[in-house]
This record gives sequence, C-alpha cells and structure tokens, in this order.
Amino acid sequence: MGKSVKSICEEYNNDATRLMDILLEIQCKNGHIPDEAIEEVAKTLNISKVDVIQTLSFYHFFTRDNIGDYTVYLNNSAVADMMGRADVAEAFEKEAGCKFESLSEDGKIGLYSTSCIGMSDQEPAAIINGKVFTKLDPYKVKDLVLDMKAGKTIDEMVEKYGDGHNASDLVKSMVFNNIRKKGPVLFSDYETGTSLKKVTGMTPDEVVGIVKDSYLRGRGGAGFPVGLKWDFCRRTQSEETYLMCNADEGEPGTFKERVLLTEKPKLVFEGMAVAGYALDAKQGILYLRYEYKYLKNYLESVLNEMREANLLGKNILGKEGFDFDIRIQFGAGAYVCGEETALIESCEGKRGEPRNRPPFPVQKGYMDEPTVVNNVESLCSVVRIIEKGADWFTMMGSRESAGTKLLSISGDCKYQGVYEIEWGMRIRDIIEMVGAEDVKAIQVGGPSGTLISPRDFKRTICFEDLPTGGSMIIIGHNRNLLRDIVLNFTEFFIEESCGSCTVCRANTVILKDKLLKIMSGKAGKEEIDELKNWTKFNKMANRCGLGQTAANPILTSIENFREEYEKHVKMDEDFDTGFDLASAVEESCDYVGRKPNL
Amino acid sequence: MSEKVKFTIDGKECVAERGQNLVDAAADNGVYIPSLCHLRDVIPAGSCRICNIKNAGRIMTACTTPVEQGMEIENDISELNDMRKAIVEMLFVEGNHFCPACEKSGNCELQALAYRFQMMVPRYPYEFPIKTPDTQDSRLWIERNRCIKCKRCIRTIKTEDGKNIFAFQERGHKVEINIDHELAAGLSEEKIQEATDNCPVGSILKKGTGFSQPIGTRRFDKEAIGSDIEKVV
Repeated sequence: MGKSVKSICEEYNNDATRLMDILLEIQCKNGHIPDEAIEEVAKTLNISKVDVIQTLSFYHFFTRDNIGDYTVYLNNSAVADMMGRADVAEAFEKEAGCKFESLSEDGKIGLYSTSCIGMSDQEPAAIINGKVFTKLDPYKVKDLVLDMKAGKTIDEMVEKYGDGHNASDLVKSMVFNNIRKKGPVLFSDYETGTSLKKVTGMTPDEVVGIVKDSYLRGRGGAGFPVGLKWDFCRRTQSEETYLMCNADEGEPGTFKERVLLTEKPKLVFEGMAVAGYALDAKQGILYLRYEYKYLKNYLESVLNEMREANLLGKNILGKEGFDFDIRIQFGAGAYVCGEETALIESCEGKRGEPRNRPPFPVQKGYMDEPTVVNNVESLCSVVRIIEKGADWFTMMGSRESAGTKLLSISGDCKYQGVYEIEWGMRIRDIIEMVGAEDVKAIQVGGPSGTLISPRDFKRTICFEDLPTGGSMIIIGHNRNLLRDIVLNFTEFFIEESCGSCTVCRANTVILKDKLLKIMSGKAGKEEIDELKNWTKFNKMANRCGLGQTAANPILTSIENFREEYEKHVKMDEDFDTGFDLASAVEESCDYVGRKPNL
Repeated sequence: MSEKVKFTIDGKECVAERGQNLVDAAADNGVYIPSLCHLRDVIPAGSCRICNIKNAGRIMTACTTPVEQGMEIENDISELNDMRKAIVEMLFVEGNHFCPACEKSGNCELQALAYRFQMMVPRYPYEFPIKTPDTQDSRLWIERNRCIKCKRCIRTIKTEDGKNIFAFQERGHKVEINIDHELAAGLSEEKIQEATDNCPVGSILKKGTGFSQPIGTRRFDKEAIGSDIEKVV
C-alpha cells in the first residue's frame, strides 16, 4: 500500500464519522480492504473492529478480498437484461476465464454484478475500475478483455468520448447525455449567480416564502413540499444546520441526475447555496453515489470555480455573514442510502440504515443537528423559482404538481433518454414522444412504483394520479413480465434491503420463492391470491420506503397482469405442495441403482 | 419536569409521562403491546415491527412512538394481531429454530409469542438457511441459526469506555451478528450474563452451563408472555 492507513485516517482528523471516506480511500488505493487495515483503522479511530466491519460489509463496493487489477461491475438491472446483458456476461466469462462473482485464476480480472448504475439509456453497461463502459456487446467485451490482458490503463480503454461535458478533460467518459426534450425550468438558459444575487437582497424567510408559494414538491419520489420542509427546519432552534443534496439516484431506470450533474452542476450547487442561505446552514453536503465517481474531478473543479467567483465560501457575493461551502460525500453502493435518514447515517460513517422517526431530520439529522435533505432536481428547480418567481412556476404543471419533471425513459423505445416535461402529461402521449410501439406495460417510478397496463395509458404523470421520481421503463410485447421484470425487481429489493426490519428482510425472500414456485408451474390457482395477500405486510410493517414498496412489483403485476400469473398455475388445483417425489428420491435411487416406482 | 398525559388504548383510559414510549407506557397501565426487540430503558430499535399499533389510523411501532395527550391507540385488533403472527412466522422460517433442542426453550420470547398467537405451523415455507455459529469465544457462544436481529446485544453490551462488542455485518437477508472477540474478553461475568439474559432467543449463550433451570419451570412454561403485565392493574 502506498499511503499508510494511519495517514489516511489523519487526513480526516481521525474522525470516525468520516469512516466512509477512509474506507473508500483504502479500497481505491489498495483494491480491497485487508484485515490488517481494518485493525489499523479501528485502532486509529478508537472504535471497535466490528464497527468498521459493520460499515464495510454493508456497502457493495467495499471488499475484504482482492477483486482484481481490473474489476468489472456489470449492471444487472431489468433494463440491462432487456438490452442484452446475458450475452455480454457470457462473453466476459468466456474471455476472462472465470464466472461472475469471482476472480480469474491469475487474480487479474474480477467479474461482479451490481444494481442499476444509472445508465439505463445506454445499456448493457459496466463500471470497470471506476470508468463507465456503455452499450456493450460481445465483440466490445472481447476487445476490452484483450486490453486488460495487455495491461492497458483504464483511460486507454475508452475509445470515444460522449457528448457535452462527458468529453471534457476532467471526465473523459463515453457516457452520452441523451437529452431529448429541454423544458423551461431545468434545461433552458440561465446565467449562474442570478438567483444567488437575488437572495442576498432578501431575508431567509422571504426565500422560504417564495419556495412555499411555488408548491415545489420533492423530486426524489416522495413529493414532500420543499418549502414546508425548509420551514420546519427553520423552526428548530440550533447553532448548526446542514443542507444535503441527495444525488444517490439508485432507483433502477433513473439517470436524470447523472445528466444534471454533468451538464448543470452549477445549477445544482447554486440551488444548494440558496437553500443554505434560507436555512442559515454553513455546510452543504452533496451525497453522490459511487457509480458516478467518474464525475468527481470535474465536480470538484466546478466547486473551485464557484468559490473563485465568490458564489461559495465566505461572505458570498459580498453579503456579510453569508458563508456556505459544499463537500462531496461518496456512497459506496447501497440503494437504501437514497432514503434521507439512511443517507445521513452513511454520511456519519455508519451502515446505511434508515432511522426511526420521530425525530425527523429537520429536528435532528446529521450530527444530531437539524438537517434538510433535498433532491438534485428539487434544488435546481429552486434556483429558477427564485429567478422567475413562484407564479411563473405554478403556471406550469397540474393542479397538485407545479412545474416540470425530468423523466428518465428507457427500455423498448426508439429514443431513450432524459425528457423535461410538464407535470400532467398523459402516458399515451409519452409513448408517442419516445417512439415506442406495441407497448405491453410501463414501469412508472421504478421498481418501487407501479407496473401499469395499456388500460392505464390514459392516465397522467403527476402526484395526484401517477407519481414518479423519474424512472420510466417501457416494456414491449415480446417481454416475459414475470421473469424479465417482476423477478428482477424483487431480487433487487432483496439485494438492497438493509436487513433491519423483519418484514423487508424476510418477507421479500418469501415472496420471491412463491413467485418462483408459480413460475415453475408448480402452484395451484389459490396461490396467486395467497401471494398477493402476503404482500400487504411489506406496506404495513416496515420503517422506510424501500421495505414498504419492496412488494410493489409483485402486487401491481398481480393487479394489472393477473393473466400472466394464471398462465402458470394449475387452474384445476387450489394448492400444490411443490413437492416432487421423483426428484426427492433421485439421488438415493441413483446410489442403489434402482428406478423409482412412482 | 414530567408532564402527565391521558390517552387510550383500545378504549381503555391510560395515564403516562409525556414522551414516554408507548410500549412501556402501555405496560405501566396494564396493557400488553407485544414486542420482541424492545427492552425497557434502552433506545428502541424499531426493527422487529411486532409492536406495531394504530395511531389515528396509521400503523407505527409503539416502541418508537412517544405518548402524547389524547392519543387513541388501537392495539388488540385482528388486523394487527394477524400481522404480528405473520412476523413471528417469518422469523421462524428465516432462521433455524428447533425449540426442543434449544437451551432457551421456555425462556424464549419468540417461542412465547408463537404460543400467544397460537401459531401451529408457519404459513410460509421453511427456508432452512445455512448459518455458521461463532463458537470461538471462550465464554460466549453466538448461535446465528436462532438470531432474530433485534439488536438488543448491540444496544446494551458495551465496553467500559463505551465501545461496541456486538455489531451487524452484511445487509438484507444476509445480515448477521458479529462479535469483537478481543473486546469481549474484557467483559465482566455480569456483563456476559446480561448479554445472555437480554437475548430474547437462544442466540447468545453462556458457555459452561446449560439447562440449570429445568424445562417446565421456566418463565413462559406456565404463563403466557405478557400476562404479568396484564395482571398488574
């Protein structure tokens, strides 16, 4: 190891709440986190070893074992599967000479699966040593593995860069933005600093007032009014307040924040500064998912640029006492950290387990101080609302959903990418807009959302009808809904559960087993309703949104596509034990050389 | 400083200190709200979800809900009891619980809840997962087959300078209890006993002793779990 563990810890003032950063650095420098390092970290930070292991083992991208000089994390989301992941995976295994979830014999190449990496518009995609490789096919895989065997650097392996800032010197990525529709809020021209200048002439209460008047609702999915959240936070008396920007977009099929961070980072950071002013917060944290680490240097340079322009730092734009700065906190592969209290736990160096409420983050959040967590898109919208006024914003959208929404649209359509639409758009019109034909179903809002059938295509995207955090997966007629979508999503929730609540941890596995039983043709007709009935406990008895929605793929597919289940069950039997006597005695029959007499 | 507030549970009038958690407040009023992970005077985990009650129509865990004036709580209703029974059944199928061979039988809160909810056989198929017990410690035995992830050990057993002896490792259905052997070696005999006693199931056991209390004379052998609370008032 280059830098000693001790010096890495020292960089973070031996502060145990910075354990994520410390482990990330060790993982990055060393390729894995060996047992000696765990001991050393525990000793230096004066915490117990099991605490270090607790955090380490929670996150997908921290590993205790060597994972190779070249580590391939191939996305296994439903969209990746739809776009041909199986062939790509097979090619990787053939060329590298090892199976997925293992390391090649010479220790050079490691092949691993990972949940959605935010590239659904250019799948199949993989992260290799931090670089994103998109639109893979077996031929490209062959070339990539040849490059690895030849010892090329990861930068040399990227042949062509994507559009916009993806091609900049600090990114050098092959990712494409795929901005298909620019709307008036997020993608129209804006001169950085305009709103920040404006707020310096207002009181924080006036800023909160404008945001409240705009009826801006949180864009991460839950839709809580942003102004109200700020107002609650302001009511908590405290010396210190924190503002966090949630850029952990992990909902499979979502990638709009990737695009905002690539093309509009100043809008994001200015939104954070405006919020900082309104909340009287001095420190902002951008919690960025590990999958977007390829944007790190670029984003850091944008932050520096803004500091130089006095849009961040001390006495911002000459306003005495307006101090606000931003640091980037990386995650390490955990969908649940998109939940705001899990995100806070993660920022404090712990496993990303959602907290119990009360207290709410606005009362007691990061470091037990009042904290506001806002989504990237929400904060971008705030900047434009301040610039143009609340009335301008409420003119757009529907009755209960003001403004515009960024949709990440992927799957079986011609034009996958990001669309800024006004709330209230009909599904049917969206289908036409993205060039989709023969649509069998649409997953609205990602796995935690709803699987809708053509019966619902007259419905509209908005909080009062079909709410969404932005993910929209178009599913064509040739797809096997249960296998390609429902099973994949259910497995996703099993993989990403934090494991704290009984029902989320245990029931989701039970549901998957039942689904598999139905798919194998070994279930009776009553078992569809039994499965549906079992899903209700997820909503009733879990702490956070992940657990509460983990049964949605099964529940909404039974509600809207019951015939897909009925195809598999024995309609003349109520229940099937699932027990197969022939296969149960097969091994013993083989052993004694007899044929079962059944 | 303490302010008394009035509230009701299933129509029964109760009085408690404002802000006290509902499980304890109910118990003080002779009402049993079934729970597994909760321990009095310990920061609640809210993880087993068995103590779910209904407050103003919303389901929430009683152990994490502070009592407020005028609350009307629903507790002993079929919707909640079926959910509680289902959770107990989930815990049975996700682990390997062979009661007759377990040292904790009769003192086990999971087993006792199964009796209270009259569980005959879980509605879910058994998973029979493969778990590895940790027997490395000279005084403690971590039987992961029986662990229900209540975090009582994590929350209550620390070193004298406040370091954690127990912690989770992994996540989701792979989550399990991990023990810091080095630090555990410094625990007093009393703390070892406390760790064993606090474990609601037979997952943390003291080595070198077994069945010192005969089967048939144990805590829940004669009385259902919660009946001590219900007898008080």
